[in-house]
Amino acid sequence: MPPEVGAAGLPATRRRMPPWLATAALLLPSYAWLTLAVLLPLTAMFVFSFLHATPLGNKPVVWTLEQYRAFHDQPYLLGVAWTSLAIGLWTTGICAVVGFAAALALVRATAGRTRETLLILVLLPFWTNGLVRVFSWTMVIREGGFLDVFVRWFWPSAPSLGFLYTTPAIVLGLVHGYLPYMVLTCYIALLSIDDAVIEAAQSLGARWWTVLFKILVPLAAPGLVTGAILIFVPVIGAFMEPRILGGRVGVTMGTVIEDQFTQAFNWPLGSALAFTMLAVVLAVFATFSGVLRRSAAT
Amino acid sequence: MLKLTRRRTLALMGGGLATLSGSKLLVGPARAADRITVLNWQGYGTDESWALEAFTADTGIEVVHDYFNSEAEMLTKLRTNPGVYDVVLINSARSQQAAGEDLLTPLDLSNFPNAEGLAPALRDNAYLKTDGTLYGVSWVWGMNALAIRDGMDEPESYAALAAPEYRNEVALFDDAVTMIGIGAFLSGQDMNDPQDLDKVAEQLKAMKPNVKLLWSSEDQWNKAFSAGEFDLSVYWSGAAVRSQRKFKLPLHFVVPKEGAIGWLDSLSIPATSQNPEAAQKFINYMIDPKFYVEWATKVGAPASANEKAMEELPADDLNREIHKPEYIETMTLMAPLPDDRRTAFNNLWQEVKAFYAA
Repeated sequence: MPPEVGAAGLPATRRRMPPWLATAALLLPSYAWLTLAVLLPLTAMFVFSFLHATPLGNKPVVWTLEQYRAFHDQPYLLGVAWTSLAIGLWTTGICAVVGFAAALALVRATAGRTRETLLILVLLPFWTNGLVRVFSWTMVIREGGFLDVFVRWFWPSAPSLGFLYTTPAIVLGLVHGYLPYMVLTCYIALLSIDDAVIEAAQSLGARWWTVLFKILVPLAAPGLVTGAILIFVPVIGAFMEPRILGGRVGVTMGTVIEDQFTQAFNWPLGSALAFTMLAVVLAVFATFSGVLRRSAAT
Repeated sequence: MLKLTRRRTLALMGGGLATLSGSKLLVGPARAADRITVLNWQGYGTDESWALEAFTADTGIEVVHDYFNSEAEMLTKLRTNPGVYDVVLINSARSQQAAGEDLLTPLDLSNFPNAEGLAPALRDNAYLKTDGTLYGVSWVWGMNALAIRDGMDEPESYAALAAPEYRNEVALFDDAVTMIGIGAFLSGQDMNDPQDLDKVAEQLKAMKPNVKLLWSSEDQWNKAFSAGEFDLSVYWSGAAVRSQRKFKLPLHFVVPKEGAIGWLDSLSIPATSQNPEAAQKFINYMIDPKFYVEWATKVGAPASANEKAMEELPADDLNREIHKPEYIETMTLMAPLPDDRRTAFNNLWQEVKAFYAA
């Protein structure tokens, strides 16, 4: 790479580099990196998913499609997949409501320094280790944890509010981790809405809910959709939060796939499950992308 | 991964060639003779610096280490790096696989003076032998059984895991082989080869109303136990010692009437070792009671396969109290599992876990 980059930096009096070469030189590092770091491992995993057993040692390599029959052979996986989708929908939904409200407040009610500070506060969770965040929640929401201690300060005989090892605990941990995506995407979308539009609506007698649902939400829809995609995809594959916060109920596609890699040493099945989930996610997006484009057009 | 290994092998081959050609001129051959490479988990006894210093001072043999993070990785390293390793730690459930691939050297226990103290059941264990030949020196062992909170009745059987008095008070170990083993015990089957997996599933699924938590690390277990989240759990014997000793947790370790699920780690010499005599000396030192007592009391160790070493521990040593010699006879060792059975175990445990979650 260095020779081309050096040539591009030379003064214009020298022979000029053709524009396509400059483009290629600028694109090549990142695309080469993506090929190396994303495409190759993914391709390897895709190939693995057609094997009978993990290709290590001197076992003969046997090609098969049996891994993709997993949902048929082990029907409980359908239930697990449904749990994952439900957790994904809940998390995305809660993030959308909370994140949109927070972004709206940031855009409409704050300015300057205050806004910057509040934005940084939103980003704070990103700067802490995910595992630490999740473990700290276990201390808060377990029976007799900080939450109970706090409530019993005011009401000593309060029943325990601890809900560690339940699905809501998993959703709580995931919302905490992924909320900043939604706040940021909605913030950017809301920022681009012209104040005049809202003033016009209000002057014509629109109440706040009309403004919200007829103007703000539709105009900020691209932000909501981007945030939802950014959250939904990693959440249905999440395994750390379900494992730590879910206890017994924390069995999701993410933990099943992780088990195949770390415990069962069945990489082919793990990859097949992962690619099946990827196919489902892509199918969902393909179905909804038409709807979204239409709603954005109107 | 393949690429890395190949590159690495090439580098090693290149290095080997350089040493070969250079040895005549520059490097004295004696230097290679008093240096051995040990392949083990990191921080698992063989790499204690005080021990290596004592061993080197005693024998003049220098010890270097390489580590693995999974048993599969250990086997891959043995296969792809011939001539590099002189001592390797192998779980007894994997010994036959390694010996079957001609990766190990046959051993003669008369070359290991300290082997006379080894418990016969471990020393002559069938899993360490292939076609009647011994390929591993039994080193340390441990058990998976039950742990219960102090002050509660000791459970007599694993059936307590499903008993109504422990509603929502049980933690299970998130490990297919262990849990299938317990299900097999409860349905009266061979832990290593249960013929009727449906009965195993039935036993495990009956625990659902009791199961509060599936734990996968000691740290997670300690936190949840000290927070009072469960009273009865499937637990490791070695971890039970650490939880009591380091964290003063109020528990004791119980081996129910069905017996414990045992494991045994052995030390072997790879077939391609360049220095088997030095390797023998090192293994002999590893089963020396002197080394073990210091390791167990200062650092913390699993139970030694050497009965003499266990007897030299202080009488009130937790490790000694928990790992009673009679358990060596009553525990069932984890056997080498054929791939299809391992897959069946994993799939069944995954199904049971999904049942718990539903």
